[in-house]
Amino acid sequence: MNLDTLTLVSEQYSDELANYHHLIHICAGTGCTSANSMELLDRLNEVIKSKGLQDVILAKMVGCMGLCAEGPVVNILPDDILYRQVTPEDAEEIIDHLVRNEVLERLRLDTHLPFFTRQQKTALVNSGIVNPESIEDYIAHGGYKALLKVLTQGDRLAALEEIKRSGLRGRGGAGFSTGMKWQFVYEKSNSPKYVICNADEGDPGAFMDRSIIESDPHSVIEGMAIAAYVVGAEKGFIYVRAEYPLAIKRLRKAIREATKHNLLGTGISGTGFNFEIDLRLGAGAFVCGEETALMQSVMGNRGNPMPRPPFPAEKGLWSQPTLINNVETLANVPRIIEKGGDWFASTGVGKSKGTKVFALSGKITHTGLIEVPMGITLREIIEEIGGGVPGGRKLKAVQTGGPSGGCIPAEYLDTQVSYEALNELGAIMGSGGMIVIDDSSSMIELARYFMEFSMDESCGKCIPCRAGTAQIHNLLSLFVEGKATENDLEKLEELCEVVCNTSLCGLGQNAPNPVISTLKYFRNEYIEAIRRNPDAVERMEINHE
Amino acid sequence: MSEIQLTINGQAIKAAEGETILETARANGIDIPTLCHQEGVTPTGACRMCLVELDGTNKLLPSCVTRAADGMVIRTDTEKLKRYRRTILELLFAERNHTCAVCVSNGHCELQSQAQAHKIDHVNFDYRNPQLIVDLSHERFGIDHNRCILCGRCVRVCDEIEGAHTRDMRNRGIATLIITDFDQSWGEASSCTNCGKCVEVCPTGALFIKGLGAGEMVKNHELVPGLVNTREVVHAKN
Amino acid sequence: MIKQTLTPAFPSDDKRWRIVETAMKRSNYQADALIETLHAVQEAFGFVDESAMQFVSARLNLPASKVYGVATFYNLFQMKPAGEHTLSVCTGTACHVKGNDQIVEFLREEYGLNPGDTTPDGKLSFIGARCVGACGLAPVLIFDGKIVGKLSVDEMKQKIREWVNDES
Repeated sequence: MNLDTLTLVSEQYSDELANYHHLIHICAGTGCTSANSMELLDRLNEVIKSKGLQDVILAKMVGCMGLCAEGPVVNILPDDILYRQVTPEDAEEIIDHLVRNEVLERLRLDTHLPFFTRQQKTALVNSGIVNPESIEDYIAHGGYKALLKVLTQGDRLAALEEIKRSGLRGRGGAGFSTGMKWQFVYEKSNSPKYVICNADEGDPGAFMDRSIIESDPHSVIEGMAIAAYVVGAEKGFIYVRAEYPLAIKRLRKAIREATKHNLLGTGISGTGFNFEIDLRLGAGAFVCGEETALMQSVMGNRGNPMPRPPFPAEKGLWSQPTLINNVETLANVPRIIEKGGDWFASTGVGKSKGTKVFALSGKITHTGLIEVPMGITLREIIEEIGGGVPGGRKLKAVQTGGPSGGCIPAEYLDTQVSYEALNELGAIMGSGGMIVIDDSSSMIELARYFMEFSMDESCGKCIPCRAGTAQIHNLLSLFVEGKATENDLEKLEELCEVVCNTSLCGLGQNAPNPVISTLKYFRNEYIEAIRRNPDAVERMEINHE
Repeated sequence: MSEIQLTINGQAIKAAEGETILETARANGIDIPTLCHQEGVTPTGACRMCLVELDGTNKLLPSCVTRAADGMVIRTDTEKLKRYRRTILELLFAERNHTCAVCVSNGHCELQSQAQAHKIDHVNFDYRNPQLIVDLSHERFGIDHNRCILCGRCVRVCDEIEGAHTRDMRNRGIATLIITDFDQSWGEASSCTNCGKCVEVCPTGALFIKGLGAGEMVKNHELVPGLVNTREVVHAKN
Repeated sequence: MIKQTLTPAFPSDDKRWRIVETAMKRSNYQADALIETLHAVQEAFGFVDESAMQFVSARLNLPASKVYGVATFYNLFQMKPAGEHTLSVCTGTACHVKGNDQIVEFLREEYGLNPGDTTPDGKLSFIGARCVGACGLAPVLIFDGKIVGKLSVDEMKQKIREWVNDES
């Protein structure tokens, strides 16, 4: 497929859609399909057909619209009416109202909520609009134009420059400059080279990457193909969690369709560029999100991380230069190529450019997926977009970065979101999981929950992570059970320092973060726990005499 | 091979390019403690005992896998490093059941000698006391998992030197355990060539020759480096 | 490279071994096909036992201990056959703070089930799942692959009682 045929496919499909008076978009993400949205789609189609409306109304599946807790969510265009918690039984009523140009008020969700109006979409621009299982729909919405633009111009350096100028940084958590990463691999003269898309989203409470893949798999594939062309790779792998069956199904289909249209494969779009993508399924090991462990897993080994250097850009898969980018990072690439690096960099704050996808969950009114400009405050995210804490309870903290991240207490809600600001607070940007904690939760228990996670997920290769996380967990249990002493507090702090500074990979180095941040902001809870221990109190009193 | 200059513990040192910091240091009489390192097989950087400080970075570097580079200023024995190493050793002692007095390797054990060098007189953590098996099914050798520190030397020697790959590890994290073949008892593992190299490289009394009493198991540390050396010489001649 | 000289026979005449064979063939019997192959075994049979590992080890020319080491490193591979029904409890943060910690406790106290266990009558297997990413529906249970969300702790307990006693 070249630019001309791409435009043709795009126009044909758009013309086809323009024939309909109404489009009914039904969310087909994991949240909504679990709430029977596909049965709803079938029922809507039946009703449309039985009423002879198949030429004026089209019901189609689309990706995630973000408000997962209200699923199944249905959007009617061009009227832009949003219905929530729709059941198959509602289908007939919805169609009847549509024919009469009326709104079914009992299901209506206000589209003027800040949840919708305060978002700014780049990575999620197609989510909730494009049918994730149709390459034609993706193309009709401007898809694969960026790839063909780069291929037609044939200037790898110019494309690299655009990515560098955008200031895009890794969305998987560490925030390394994407342009620099690409450059390192570009500069290597040995071949073959590889591109890996890291879709091993493992942080509990994070579902950004799942949602992007389920909603818009082609944008990830297109981003990968552009990356491969720029760095000079002909083979790519998507390493995706086996726990995401729907994402896997959509990726398989997307790769098949892209190959059929010669947007993947040999001699792509009549140029000399070859690129093929293989899926590799994770098998339930969080550590494989770490890039060196991920590569071990792709090669069929135990997911034990390797010391860096050498970095993957130098010695990656089968010791060859390898580029590893996360799903959200890659989904941003086609937009940057299309609209320019300066456009992307015009959003954001300081060194954190563009927008970021967050998964809001926990004790928050609007659970779901949002994309917001960097520099937005946590308060705007939690209170305005998220609708605050439900049930009359008070916000206690926001947890970002999962088991590698930290807890930000309520008094820092006016912090602007950026890689730097969150690091300074002792939390991290992480991949985008944002869990809201209300005043009914114990921070020590939360810290222990994350430590149990890290302990179970430690690969066991290095001693500080293998044995250290187990001992930190043991110490935290003493606090939870009211058996801790002042001495245990001291031990806990020392051990956290050692595990952070001596562990081999990011899992171990960051595992103590939830403990360190709760010790920093909620130290009183630890002190209280010591006071609950009758033996410790006695000893404290003796010490003070 | 070009020569480079670096500083270790204030001492100016010349090294050949491509050498690791550990090799350079040891060649110059500066010892850096190690547990997982085994001369002759691939280093893994797993035990974290050999971490050193390098000027210009906050990150500690595993000296067994980090190449020496021109102009590096390295310290191997700061108070912070010693404190970290003590904690790592304590974590090992608390992880499994190391009872030196009754151990075949008493007096010849690398874990024990590191503990002595780091003046460890008590362990700051709760002992985990796992119930682990002692496999005596092999005709000549035994493995006591209670004394294993999961350094992986036996796994690498069996794979890289003997070429049998009888050993690997099962599970992960704190549940990791050395296995033979499909987790059979050693005596039933058909791939084992009974060469005994794993026993000689084991730093503790986890792998031992049967029939020896406490303190009687003395390992031959020169065996594997010697084999590798001989191989290289033979290869060079061919 | 050592040529494959002897093609190992299938462990039994079960037709599902052909699915496993196809998975290995697709990857040209290369060593890096190991995890993909174990996935194929798990998908075809529901678990990965020693006879399967022996076959895979022989067919891919991989040491026995390596195959065993990889199969036990990854939580997804089950060594024992699962029960008639499978209940996964999501242990992600959102589900944890919304009550699934109590469900894990409930399964232990009421049925003596820890993650990975199956009831003695072989009816129900309990698997502790990592975050399935359906946090919008928290707390989430997955019954035979189907996600059930947004239930209160009592409702979840009720559901589990129904599933355990289900005669179907």
